[in-house]
Amino acid sequence: MLTRDFIHLASSSILSQRLRASLTILGIAIGIMAVVLLTSIGEGIHRFVLSEFTQFGSSIIGINPGKATTHGTSVGIFGTERPLTIDDAEALRRIPYTLSVVSLVQGNAEVEADKRQRRTTVYGVSPDFPAAFSLEVGIGKFLPKDNPQAPRAFAVLGSKLRSELFGSENPLGKKIRIGGARYRVIGSMESKGQVLGFDLDDTIYIPTNRALEMFNRDSLMEIDLVYEEGAPEKEVVEHIKRILQARHGREDFTITTQQQMLDVLGSVLNVLTFSVAALGSISLLVGGVGIFSIMTIAVQERTPEVGLLGALGAQRKQILGLFLSEAVILAAIGGLAGLVLGIGGAQLLHLLIPALPVHTPWSYVLLAEAIAVILGLVAGVMPAMRAARMDPVEALRSE
Amino acid sequence: MIQLKGIHRTFQVGDQEVHALNEINLNVSPGEYLSIMGPSGSGKSTLLNLLGLLDRPTSGTYLLNNQDVTVLSDFEQAKTRRNKIGFVFQFFQLLPRLTAQENVELPMMLDGIAPNERSQRATEVLDAMGLSDRRHHRPDQLSGGQRQRVAIARATIMEPAILLADEPTGNLDSKSGLDVIKILEQLNNKGLTLIIVTHDPEIGVRAKRHIHMIDGKIVESRTDTIAETKDSLPS
Ligand SMILES: Nc1ncnc2c1ncn2[C@@H]1O[C@H](COP(=O)(O)OP(=O)(O)OP(=O)(O)O)[C@@H](O)[C@H]1O
Ligand SMILES: [Mg+2]
Repeated sequence: MLTRDFIHLASSSILSQRLRASLTILGIAIGIMAVVLLTSIGEGIHRFVLSEFTQFGSSIIGINPGKATTHGTSVGIFGTERPLTIDDAEALRRIPYTLSVVSLVQGNAEVEADKRQRRTTVYGVSPDFPAAFSLEVGIGKFLPKDNPQAPRAFAVLGSKLRSELFGSENPLGKKIRIGGARYRVIGSMESKGQVLGFDLDDTIYIPTNRALEMFNRDSLMEIDLVYEEGAPEKEVVEHIKRILQARHGREDFTITTQQQMLDVLGSVLNVLTFSVAALGSISLLVGGVGIFSIMTIAVQERTPEVGLLGALGAQRKQILGLFLSEAVILAAIGGLAGLVLGIGGAQLLHLLIPALPVHTPWSYVLLAEAIAVILGLVAGVMPAMRAARMDPVEALRSE
Repeated sequence: MIQLKGIHRTFQVGDQEVHALNEINLNVSPGEYLSIMGPSGSGKSTLLNLLGLLDRPTSGTYLLNNQDVTVLSDFEQAKTRRNKIGFVFQFFQLLPRLTAQENVELPMMLDGIAPNERSQRATEVLDAMGLSDRRHHRPDQLSGGQRQRVAIARATIMEPAILLADEPTGNLDSKSGLDVIKILEQLNNKGLTLIIVTHDPEIGVRAKRHIHMIDGKIVESRTDTIAETKDSLPS
């Protein structure tokens, strides 16, 4: 029997029961829609978070004090680790492929201008900070390359802090107090907006060494090393280890590459996408049960037809194929309708809530349709087998 | 062509055994025209189903063209049914959702014959049944007589050697019943072996050989000796 005849006969019986078929198709469509919609949102969030993370480039290596265990907790309780110092950061500059090294200390402090004051986040950073994280200076300059151990008391404002403290006034050259100490404003940054929930505009940048003093710390919080795109990451990491081990006498620091961070993040986000997909699958299961029951009824109702096909010399496999085709066609149409609804719904959602990122990868679309077809096969196989196993004489007598 | 020897068919109903066919012996030659009559429950349909390979005997042998067909697999039996045997039923058994022509094409679809050839053959046969203008009608748009003619077209489209009709006029008025019988007799004249089960004595006597069944047994098998005006051609 030709494939097109299987399709023709199966569709003719679907068309003869339009209402019933539409309801069955709707069941599958809702299931596929739920899966597509939820995975689109999951995948959208996934991509959004990853792009937030990689906007600084993916060739950044972070170094933190303390040796992290596999669970990421510091074993600083032994109290024998040496602080990560500005000299350590300076020593890393000679590693091949290195573009910039940023030493970083962060804390909160009161910033006072002539008229206004504001509590804000203070970053103690080295002069290559804007270059390393591709931030733009709006007016004035960033912190100059002073002697890292004795930098001058200069400060650079984040754009929000600038407008909070100075409004439309030019802040350049203004004297301010940060945590009680006197600084001179030499620049202000372009607005950057939120990155992963951190407001990079409501900040102020001062030299690392001064931040250490202000917060009364002897160790940096982090050193970030940016290397040339495409350089061998392993080699750079080895260099960092060798230099810091030589300086500290032991490995009392933790190196985190961007790639490691992305891997961890990626696997967490995969779990997210997978769980929402599983949630959608529940409604898909309901759709499958719909196909199963409708096909069971169809086989029951069309018992004389099965008998007739037997009398006309149909093989059991052909009868099986006919009923299976029906189930699969129902599921496939439902799948397509679900894809249209799901993708359309995702786009609509994105229009209504622009902040919610959605993304529907083609592989998911194909996978969803394949799942629908397989679902049709699985749900249809039992009723179809029942039809194929019927005794034609009994089937003909049943009218 | 057909040789039945010592055929029994029993059905188990609860713990009772129903002897639907009891020691049937029957030979049918190619091109014969047979009627089977008898009271309800005497085993006529059971015999017909057995002849059409829809059912297997409990015991006995059935030789079709000198081949024992009771030992054939389901697959081979289905193939034999498709190519050698045609069925016509009391309730027509047309698929309601297909047009007349599609119903006629059904056996050819099962046989994997290409659409062009199918449509050509179906058109020819439907023309011969006087249904050229009803080709694209569905069964519910046809009269009983027309439906039965579509069913006959379907049963003969594969050019079978045997046509088995189980009360083909049982659901028709006498006029269209007679039309249907005449069409079947025409086919028989062209060499088709025709076996009709009927309750109607007027139709029964038209056959050249009458079989009477009671309680699963053939109690009478009579061949007309009256000179025929038209001789059936042996195929
Ligand atoms: N599948 C079955 N299970 C049990 N008993 C059956 C079955 N098929 C037939 N019988 C019995 O076999 C006997 C013969 O049945 P069959 O249908 O051949 O009779 P029939 O001569 O065709 O009757 P009718 O003229 O009413 O059609 C009946 O007693 C019937 O009850
Ligand atoms: Mg009967």
